[in-house]
Amino acid sequence: MTLQVSVGKRLKFFDLEVSFTCEDKDMLVMIGPSGGGKTTIVRMIAGLETPDEGRIVYGDEVWFDASRRINLPPRKRKVGYVFQDYTLFPHLSLYRNAAFAAVDKGDVDGLLTLFGIDHLRDRKPDKVSGGERQRCAICQALARRPRVMLLDEPFSALDVVTRRSLREELREMKSGLSFPVVYVTHDIQEALFLADEILPIVEGKVDRDWMRRTITREPAPGTAPRAVREPRLSLVY
Amino acid sequence: MEWQAFYVTLKLAAIATTVLMVVAAPVACVLAYARFPGKSLVEALLYLPMALPPTVLGFYFIMVLGPRGIAGRPWEALTGQSLLFTFTGIALASVLYSVPFAIQPMKAAFRKIDRRLLESASVLGLSPAAAFVRVVLPNSIGGIIAAAVLVFLHTIGAFGVLIMVGGSIPGVTKVASIAIYEAVEAMDYRAAHLMSLCFLPISYVFLLIANKLGEES
Repeated sequence: MTLQVSVGKRLKFFDLEVSFTCEDKDMLVMIGPSGGGKTTIVRMIAGLETPDEGRIVYGDEVWFDASRRINLPPRKRKVGYVFQDYTLFPHLSLYRNAAFAAVDKGDVDGLLTLFGIDHLRDRKPDKVSGGERQRCAICQALARRPRVMLLDEPFSALDVVTRRSLREELREMKSGLSFPVVYVTHDIQEALFLADEILPIVEGKVDRDWMRRTITREPAPGTAPRAVREPRLSLVY
Repeated sequence: MEWQAFYVTLKLAAIATTVLMVVAAPVACVLAYARFPGKSLVEALLYLPMALPPTVLGFYFIMVLGPRGIAGRPWEALTGQSLLFTFTGIALASVLYSVPFAIQPMKAAFRKIDRRLLESASVLGLSPAAAFVRVVLPNSIGGIIAAAVLVFLHTIGAFGVLIMVGGSIPGVTKVASIAIYEAVEAMDYRAAHLMSLCFLPISYVFLLIANKLGEES
Protein backbone atom coordinates (compact mmCIF):
# COMPACT_ATOMS: atom_id res chain seq x y z
CA MET A 1 0.00 0.00 0.00
CA THR A 2 1.02 3.56 -0.55
CA LEU A 3 0.96 6.65 1.59
CA GLN A 4 0.08 9.61 -0.60
CA VAL A 5 0.54 13.08 0.77
CA SER A 6 -0.31 16.24 -1.09
CA VAL A 7 -0.91 19.12 1.27
CA GLY A 8 -0.72 22.88 1.57
CA LYS A 9 -0.76 25.10 4.62
CA ARG A 10 -0.12 28.76 5.20
CA LEU A 11 2.59 29.10 7.84
CA LYS A 12 3.96 32.17 9.55
CA PHE A 13 7.03 32.72 7.36
CA PHE A 14 6.18 30.80 4.19
CA ASP A 15 3.54 28.67 2.53
CA LEU A 16 4.00 24.96 2.85
CA GLU A 17 3.21 23.01 -0.30
CA VAL A 18 4.46 19.47 -0.76
CA SER A 19 3.42 16.35 -2.55
CA PHE A 20 5.02 12.92 -2.27
CA THR A 21 4.29 9.22 -1.94
CA CYS A 22 5.86 6.48 0.14
CA GLU A 23 5.39 2.78 -0.59
CA ASP A 24 5.19 -0.03 1.95
CA LYS A 25 8.66 -1.11 3.13
CA ASP A 26 10.17 2.15 1.90
CA MET A 27 11.98 4.62 4.09
CA LEU A 28 11.47 8.16 2.94
CA VAL A 29 13.88 10.56 4.60
CA MET A 30 12.82 14.19 4.78
CA ILE A 31 15.81 16.45 5.09
CA GLY A 32 16.40 20.16 5.10
CA PRO A 33 17.28 23.11 7.27
CA SER A 34 15.54 23.54 10.62
CA GLY A 35 12.30 25.46 10.48
CA GLY A 36 11.62 24.34 6.91
CA GLY A 37 8.33 22.60 7.70
CA LYS A 38 9.46 18.96 8.04
CA THR A 39 7.91 18.47 11.46
CA THR A 40 4.71 20.17 10.34
CA ILE A 41 4.38 17.69 7.47
CA VAL A 42 4.87 14.73 9.80
CA ARG A 43 2.34 16.18 12.25
CA MET A 44 -0.14 16.52 9.40
CA ILE A 45 0.29 12.85 8.51
CA ALA A 46 -0.30 11.92 12.17
CA GLY A 47 -3.37 14.15 12.28
CA LEU A 48 -1.97 16.49 14.93
CA GLU A 49 -2.08 19.42 12.55
CA THR A 50 -4.67 20.23 9.91
CA PRO A 51 -3.60 21.25 6.40
CA ASP A 52 -5.44 24.09 4.70
CA GLU A 53 -5.78 22.11 1.50
CA GLY A 54 -4.91 18.80 -0.10
CA ARG A 55 -5.27 15.10 0.64
CA ILE A 56 -3.60 12.44 2.73
CA VAL A 57 -4.43 8.89 1.70
CA TYR A 58 -3.11 5.54 2.86
CA GLY A 59 -4.03 2.64 0.57
CA ASP A 60 -7.70 3.25 -0.14
CA GLU A 61 -8.38 4.95 3.19
CA VAL A 62 -8.69 8.74 3.10
CA TRP A 63 -7.17 10.31 6.23
CA PHE A 64 -7.59 13.88 5.14
CA ASP A 65 -9.36 15.53 2.25
CA ALA A 66 -9.94 19.27 2.41
CA SER A 67 -12.45 19.35 -0.43
CA ARG A 68 -14.54 16.50 1.02
CA ARG A 69 -14.08 17.78 4.59
CA ILE A 70 -12.64 14.49 5.76
CA ASN A 71 -10.24 14.65 8.70
CA LEU A 72 -9.67 11.39 10.53
CA PRO A 73 -8.62 12.05 14.15
CA PRO A 74 -5.08 10.93 15.14
CA ARG A 75 -6.33 7.99 17.19
CA LYS A 76 -7.98 6.41 14.14
CA ARG A 77 -5.05 6.74 11.75
CA LYS A 78 -3.05 4.06 13.52
CA VAL A 79 0.36 5.53 12.91
CA GLY A 80 3.46 5.00 14.99
CA TYR A 81 5.06 8.31 15.89
CA VAL A 82 8.43 8.72 17.56
CA PHE A 83 8.85 12.33 18.60
CA GLN A 84 11.98 14.43 18.58
CA ASP A 85 12.24 14.44 22.34
CA TYR A 86 11.09 11.92 24.82
CA THR A 87 7.38 11.62 25.20
CA LEU A 88 7.26 8.43 27.20
CA PHE A 89 4.69 8.55 29.98
CA PRO A 90 6.65 9.49 33.11
CA HIS A 91 4.39 7.57 35.49
CA LEU A 92 4.83 4.21 33.75
CA SER A 93 7.74 1.76 33.64
CA LEU A 94 9.47 1.12 30.32
CA TYR A 95 7.55 -2.12 29.95
CA ARG A 96 4.19 -0.46 30.55
CA ASN A 97 5.14 2.37 28.21
CA ALA A 98 5.98 -0.07 25.44
CA ALA A 99 2.78 -2.02 26.13
CA PHE A 100 0.68 1.16 26.36
CA ALA A 101 -1.08 0.70 23.04
CA ALA A 102 0.13 -2.79 22.14
CA VAL A 103 -2.20 -4.77 19.92
CA ASP A 104 -0.83 -7.99 21.34
CA LYS A 105 0.94 -7.73 24.71
CA GLY A 106 2.97 -10.76 23.61
CA ASP A 107 4.88 -8.54 21.17
CA VAL A 108 6.25 -6.35 23.90
CA ASP A 109 8.81 -8.71 25.44
CA GLY A 110 10.26 -9.48 22.03
CA LEU A 111 10.55 -5.80 21.15
CA LEU A 112 12.23 -4.90 24.45
CA THR A 113 14.72 -7.71 23.90
CA LEU A 114 15.30 -6.71 20.27
CA PHE A 115 16.16 -3.16 21.34
CA GLY A 116 18.28 -4.33 24.28
CA ILE A 117 16.27 -2.69 27.04
CA ASP A 118 14.56 -5.76 28.50
CA HIS A 119 16.69 -5.57 31.66
CA LEU A 120 15.33 -2.04 32.28
CA ARG A 121 11.69 -3.01 31.90
CA ASP A 122 10.69 -2.00 35.44
CA ARG A 123 12.53 1.35 35.45
CA LYS A 124 10.71 4.63 34.99
CA PRO A 125 11.77 6.78 32.00
CA ASP A 126 13.65 9.30 34.17
CA LYS A 127 15.86 6.48 35.52
CA VAL A 128 17.31 5.45 32.14
CA SER A 129 19.48 7.20 29.55
CA GLY A 130 18.22 9.22 26.60
CA GLY A 131 19.13 6.47 24.14
CA GLU A 132 17.24 3.89 26.18
CA ARG A 133 14.21 6.17 26.31
CA GLN A 134 14.19 6.56 22.53
CA ARG A 135 14.58 2.80 22.11
CA CYS A 136 11.53 2.38 24.30
CA ALA A 137 9.64 5.02 22.29
CA ILE A 138 10.31 3.00 19.13
CA CYS A 139 9.08 -0.17 20.90
CA GLN A 140 5.94 1.70 21.96
CA ALA A 141 5.25 2.79 18.39
CA LEU A 142 5.95 -0.66 16.90
CA ALA A 143 3.85 -2.52 19.49
CA ARG A 144 0.87 -0.67 18.15
CA ARG A 145 1.45 -2.47 14.82
CA PRO A 146 1.22 0.82 12.96
CA ARG A 147 0.22 1.22 9.36
CA VAL A 148 2.71 4.03 8.85
CA MET A 149 5.74 4.82 10.98
CA LEU A 150 6.80 8.42 11.55
CA LEU A 151 10.16 9.23 13.11
CA ASP A 152 10.84 12.91 13.74
CA GLU A 153 14.54 13.42 14.43
CA PRO A 154 14.36 10.56 16.92
CA PHE A 155 18.08 10.52 17.66
CA SER A 156 18.97 14.19 17.44
CA ALA A 157 19.13 14.72 21.19
CA LEU A 158 21.53 11.80 21.70
CA ASP A 159 25.31 11.71 21.83
CA VAL A 160 27.19 10.78 18.66
CA VAL A 161 28.05 7.21 19.67
CA THR A 162 24.52 6.29 20.75
CA ARG A 163 23.10 7.98 17.69
CA ARG A 164 25.32 5.97 15.39
CA SER A 165 24.49 2.63 16.98
CA LEU A 166 20.74 3.35 17.02
CA ARG A 167 20.94 4.40 13.40
CA GLU A 168 22.53 1.07 12.55
CA GLU A 169 19.94 -0.86 14.55
CA LEU A 170 17.20 0.97 12.72
CA ARG A 171 18.68 0.15 9.32
CA GLU A 172 18.95 -3.52 10.24
CA MET A 173 15.40 -3.56 11.48
CA LYS A 174 14.09 -1.79 8.41
CA SER A 175 14.17 -4.87 6.20
CA GLY A 176 11.69 -6.56 8.54
CA LEU A 177 9.12 -3.79 8.39
CA SER A 178 6.13 -4.03 6.12
CA PHE A 179 4.90 -0.45 6.24
CA PRO A 180 6.04 2.95 4.94
CA VAL A 181 8.46 4.82 7.17
CA VAL A 182 8.84 8.60 7.06
CA TYR A 183 12.01 9.75 8.78
CA VAL A 184 12.88 13.38 9.47
CA THR A 185 16.45 14.57 9.97
CA HIS A 186 18.69 17.52 9.27
CA ASP A 187 21.77 15.32 9.20
CA ILE A 188 22.88 14.52 5.63
CA GLN A 189 24.96 11.52 6.70
CA GLU A 190 22.02 10.04 8.51
CA ALA A 191 19.81 10.59 5.47
CA LEU A 192 22.27 8.93 3.09
CA PHE A 193 22.73 6.03 5.51
CA LEU A 194 19.06 5.26 6.05
CA ALA A 195 17.07 6.43 3.08
CA ASP A 196 15.48 4.55 0.23
CA GLU A 197 14.38 7.93 -0.99
CA ILE A 198 15.45 11.39 0.07
CA LEU A 199 13.05 14.30 0.04
CA PRO A 200 14.71 17.66 0.69
CA ILE A 201 12.30 20.21 2.13
CA VAL A 202 13.31 23.88 2.07
CA GLU A 203 10.92 26.59 3.23
CA GLY A 204 7.91 24.36 2.80
CA LYS A 205 8.70 23.18 -0.74
CA VAL A 206 10.41 20.11 -2.15
CA ASP A 207 13.83 21.28 -3.34
CA ARG A 208 15.54 18.37 -5.12
CA ASP A 209 18.70 20.36 -5.63
CA TRP A 210 19.26 21.22 -1.98
CA MET A 211 21.50 18.23 -1.19
CA ARG A 212 23.96 18.99 -3.97
CA ARG A 213 24.07 22.69 -3.12
CA THR A 214 24.64 21.96 0.54
CA ILE A 215 27.38 19.42 -0.05
CA THR A 216 29.22 21.64 -2.55
CA ARG A 217 28.38 24.76 -0.50
CA GLU A 218 26.96 26.40 -3.58
CA PRO A 219 24.67 29.32 -2.77
CA ALA A 220 21.05 28.96 -3.65
CA PRO A 221 20.05 30.88 -6.76
CA GLY A 222 19.06 34.42 -5.93
CA THR A 223 20.82 34.54 -2.58
CA ALA A 224 24.06 36.33 -1.86
CA PRO A 225 27.21 34.19 -1.75
CA ARG A 226 27.82 32.72 1.67
CA ALA A 227 31.01 34.69 2.21
CA VAL A 228 29.06 37.92 1.74
CA ARG A 229 26.15 36.84 3.89
CA GLU A 230 28.33 35.57 6.70
CA PRO A 231 31.64 37.40 6.40
CA ARG A 232 33.09 35.97 9.56
CA LEU A 233 32.46 32.42 8.35
CA SER A 234 34.54 33.03 5.20
CA LEU A 235 37.60 33.18 7.41
CA VAL A 236 36.91 29.65 8.52
CA TYR A 237 36.33 28.19 5.09
CA MET B 1 -17.03 19.73 74.67
CA GLU B 2 -19.27 18.48 71.92
CA TRP B 3 -17.94 15.43 70.15
CA GLN B 4 -21.08 15.26 68.12
CA ALA B 5 -20.26 18.59 66.46
CA PHE B 6 -16.86 17.23 65.47
CA TYR B 7 -18.49 14.17 64.03
CA VAL B 8 -20.79 16.37 61.91
CA THR B 9 -17.85 18.51 60.80
CA LEU B 10 -15.73 15.55 59.72
CA LYS B 11 -18.64 13.81 58.01
CA LEU B 12 -19.46 17.02 56.15
CA ALA B 13 -15.84 17.58 55.09
CA ALA B 14 -15.45 13.97 53.96
CA ILE B 15 -18.60 14.14 51.84
CA ALA B 16 -17.79 17.54 50.34
CA THR B 17 -14.26 16.41 49.48
CA THR B 18 -15.36 13.15 47.86
CA VAL B 19 -18.14 14.76 45.84
CA LEU B 20 -15.95 17.62 44.68
CA MET B 21 -13.05 15.42 43.63
CA VAL B 22 -15.33 13.48 41.31
CA VAL B 23 -17.33 16.43 39.99
CA ALA B 24 -14.58 19.04 39.73
CA ALA B 25 -11.99 16.89 37.92
CA PRO B 26 -13.74 16.83 34.52
CA VAL B 27 -14.71 20.50 34.87
CA ALA B 28 -11.10 21.44 35.64
CA CYS B 29 -10.02 19.35 32.66
CA VAL B 30 -12.34 21.24 30.32
CA LEU B 31 -11.14 24.57 31.74
CA ALA B 32 -7.51 23.50 31.36
CA TYR B 33 -7.64 22.29 27.76
CA ALA B 34 -10.79 23.36 25.94
CA ARG B 35 -11.34 26.67 24.25
CA PHE B 36 -14.89 27.95 23.88
CA PRO B 37 -16.58 31.32 23.76
CA GLY B 38 -17.47 32.70 27.18
CA LYS B 39 -14.96 30.49 28.96
CA SER B 40 -13.64 33.28 31.15
CA LEU B 41 -17.20 34.18 32.16
CA VAL B 42 -17.93 30.58 33.18
CA GLU B 43 -14.65 30.39 35.05
CA ALA B 44 -15.28 33.60 36.98
CA LEU B 45 -18.75 32.34 37.90
CA LEU B 46 -17.28 29.10 39.27
CA TYR B 47 -14.76 31.06 41.37
CA LEU B 48 -17.43 33.40 42.75
CA PRO B 49 -17.92 31.45 46.03
CA MET B 50 -14.31 32.31 46.89
CA ALA B 51 -14.83 36.03 46.32
CA LEU B 52 -18.23 36.54 47.94
CA PRO B 53 -18.70 37.06 51.68
CA PRO B 54 -19.96 33.76 53.15
CA THR B 55 -23.08 35.43 54.46
CA VAL B 56 -23.96 36.68 50.98
CA LEU B 57 -23.49 33.18 49.67
CA GLY B 58 -25.52 31.80 52.56
CA PHE B 59 -28.32 34.24 51.83
CA TYR B 60 -28.52 33.16 48.20
CA PHE B 61 -28.43 29.52 49.24
CA ILE B 62 -31.45 30.20 51.46
CA MET B 63 -33.24 31.74 48.49
CA VAL B 64 -32.41 28.83 46.20
CA LEU B 65 -32.71 25.94 48.64
CA GLY B 66 -35.70 27.30 50.57
CA PRO B 67 -39.21 25.89 50.13
CA ARG B 68 -39.94 28.43 47.38
CA GLY B 69 -36.49 28.33 45.74
CA ILE B 70 -35.76 26.79 42.34
CA ALA B 71 -33.92 23.86 43.97
CA GLY B 72 -35.84 23.70 47.25
CA ARG B 73 -39.35 23.44 45.79
CA PRO B 74 -38.76 20.36 43.54
CA TRP B 75 -36.70 18.75 46.30
CA GLU B 76 -39.55 19.17 48.76
CA ALA B 77 -42.09 17.86 46.25
CA LEU B 78 -39.87 14.84 45.68
CA THR B 79 -38.82 13.96 49.23
CA GLY B 80 -41.33 15.78 51.40
CA GLN B 81 -38.45 17.41 53.27
CA SER B 82 -36.96 20.86 53.29
CA LEU B 83 -33.34 21.39 52.28
CA LEU B 84 -32.87 24.14 54.82
CA PHE B 85 -31.83 23.08 58.33
CA THR B 86 -30.93 19.56 57.15
CA PHE B 87 -27.63 17.79 56.75
CA THR B 88 -28.29 17.35 53.02
CA GLY B 89 -28.72 21.12 52.76
CA ILE B 90 -25.42 21.97 54.44
CA ALA B 91 -23.65 19.24 52.46
CA LEU B 92 -24.90 20.81 49.24
CA ALA B 93 -23.92 24.27 50.44
CA SER B 94 -20.46 23.03 51.48
CA VAL B 95 -19.87 21.50 48.06
CA LEU B 96 -20.78 24.71 46.25
CA TYR B 97 -18.84 26.81 48.75
CA SER B 98 -15.61 24.91 48.02
CA VAL B 99 -15.90 24.59 44.22
CA PRO B 100 -13.08 27.10 43.51
CA PHE B 101 -10.73 25.34 45.93
CA ALA B 102 -11.22 22.09 44.08
CA ILE B 103 -11.01 23.44 40.55
CA GLN B 104 -8.04 25.77 40.79
CA PRO B 105 -5.29 23.36 41.93
CA MET B 106 -6.56 20.64 39.60
CA LYS B 107 -6.66 22.98 36.64
CA ALA B 108 -3.12 24.15 37.42
CA ALA B 109 -1.92 20.55 37.64
CA PHE B 110 -3.61 19.59 34.38
CA ARG B 111 -2.11 22.57 32.58
CA LYS B 112 1.36 21.61 33.74
CA ILE B 113 1.18 18.32 31.88
CA ASP B 114 3.28 18.37 28.72
CA ARG B 115 0.95 18.79 25.74
CA ARG B 116 3.11 16.34 23.81
CA LEU B 117 2.09 13.56 26.20
CA LEU B 118 -1.52 14.15 25.22
CA GLU B 119 -0.62 14.24 21.53
CA SER B 120 1.28 11.01 21.99
CA ALA B 121 -1.75 9.46 23.71
CA SER B 122 -4.06 10.44 20.85
CA VAL B 123 -1.63 9.12 18.23
CA LEU B 124 -1.48 5.89 20.25
CA GLY B 125 -5.24 5.54 19.84
CA LEU B 126 -6.68 6.94 23.06
CA SER B 127 -9.96 8.83 23.08
CA PRO B 128 -9.94 12.11 25.03
CA ALA B 129 -11.74 10.41 27.95
CA ALA B 130 -9.27 7.50 27.99
CA ALA B 131 -6.35 9.93 27.83
CA PHE B 132 -7.80 11.77 30.82
CA VAL B 133 -7.94 8.59 32.89
CA ARG B 134 -4.70 6.96 31.71
CA VAL B 135 -2.44 9.98 31.23
CA VAL B 136 -3.80 13.18 32.79
CA LEU B 137 -4.96 11.84 36.17
CA PRO B 138 -1.88 9.75 37.04
CA ASN B 139 0.41 12.65 36.15
CA SER B 140 -1.42 15.21 38.28
CA ILE B 141 -1.88 13.31 41.53
CA GLY B 142 -0.06 16.06 43.45
CA GLY B 143 -2.55 18.70 42.30
CA ILE B 144 -5.51 16.44 42.97
CA ILE B 145 -4.42 15.72 46.54
CA ALA B 146 -3.69 19.42 47.05
CA ALA B 147 -7.24 20.16 45.91
CA ALA B 148 -8.63 17.53 48.30
CA VAL B 149 -6.65 18.97 51.24
CA LEU B 150 -7.80 22.51 50.48
CA VAL B 151 -11.44 21.49 50.16
CA PHE B 152 -11.28 19.49 53.38
CA LEU B 153 -9.70 22.35 55.36
CA HIS B 154 -12.00 24.92 53.82
CA THR B 155 -15.04 22.85 54.76
CA ILE B 156 -14.05 22.24 58.38
CA GLY B 157 -13.51 25.99 58.69
CA ALA B 158 -16.86 26.99 57.17
CA PHE B 159 -19.07 29.00 59.48
CA GLY B 160 -21.15 31.77 57.94
CA VAL B 161 -22.62 29.75 55.10
CA LEU B 162 -23.47 26.79 57.31
CA ILE B 163 -25.12 28.76 60.09
CA MET B 164 -27.35 30.47 57.55
CA VAL B 165 -28.33 27.35 55.64
CA GLY B 166 -28.33 24.83 58.47
CA GLY B 167 -28.80 26.77 61.66
CA SER B 168 -27.39 24.94 64.64
CA ILE B 169 -29.28 21.71 65.23
CA PRO B 170 -27.19 19.47 67.50
CA GLY B 171 -26.15 16.25 65.81
CA VAL B 172 -27.56 17.38 62.47
CA THR B 173 -26.25 20.74 61.35
CA LYS B 174 -24.27 21.97 64.33
CA VAL B 175 -20.65 21.75 63.22
CA ALA B 176 -17.57 22.27 65.39
CA SER B 177 -16.94 25.86 64.28
CA ILE B 178 -20.50 26.77 65.30
CA ALA B 179 -20.13 24.85 68.59
CA ILE B 180 -17.00 26.87 69.40
CA TYR B 181 -18.79 30.12 68.66
CA GLU B 182 -21.72 29.13 70.85
CA ALA B 183 -19.41 28.04 73.67
CA VAL B 184 -17.73 31.44 73.61
CA GLU B 185 -21.11 33.16 73.56
CA ALA B 186 -22.08 31.13 76.61
CA MET B 187 -18.77 32.13 78.26
CA ASP B 188 -17.81 28.44 78.42
CA TYR B 189 -14.15 29.11 77.61
CA ARG B 190 -13.02 25.68 78.73
CA ALA B 191 -15.14 23.95 76.09
CA ALA B 192 -14.12 26.52 73.47
CA HIS B 193 -10.46 25.88 74.33
CA LEU B 194 -10.77 22.12 74.08
CA MET B 195 -12.58 22.20 70.75
CA SER B 196 -10.21 24.77 69.28
CA LEU B 197 -7.24 22.64 70.34
CA CYS B 198 -8.69 19.73 68.39
CA PHE B 199 -8.47 21.72 65.18
CA LEU B 200 -4.77 22.39 65.55
CA PRO B 201 -3.40 18.88 64.88
CA ILE B 202 -5.91 18.24 62.08
CA SER B 203 -5.08 21.41 60.18
CA TYR B 204 -1.36 21.06 60.88
CA VAL B 205 -1.13 17.51 59.56
CA PHE B 206 -3.09 18.40 56.43
CA LEU B 207 -0.85 21.38 55.73
CA LEU B 208 2.20 19.15 56.15
CA ILE B 209 0.78 16.82 53.52
CA ALA B 210 0.01 19.71 51.17
CA ASN B 211 3.50 21.22 51.57
CA LYS B 212 5.21 17.90 51.02
CA LEU B 213 3.28 17.33 47.81
CA GLY B 214 4.02 20.89 46.71
CA GLU B 215 7.75 20.31 47.14
CA GLU B 216 7.65 17.04 45.25
CA SER B 217 5.93 18.50 42.25
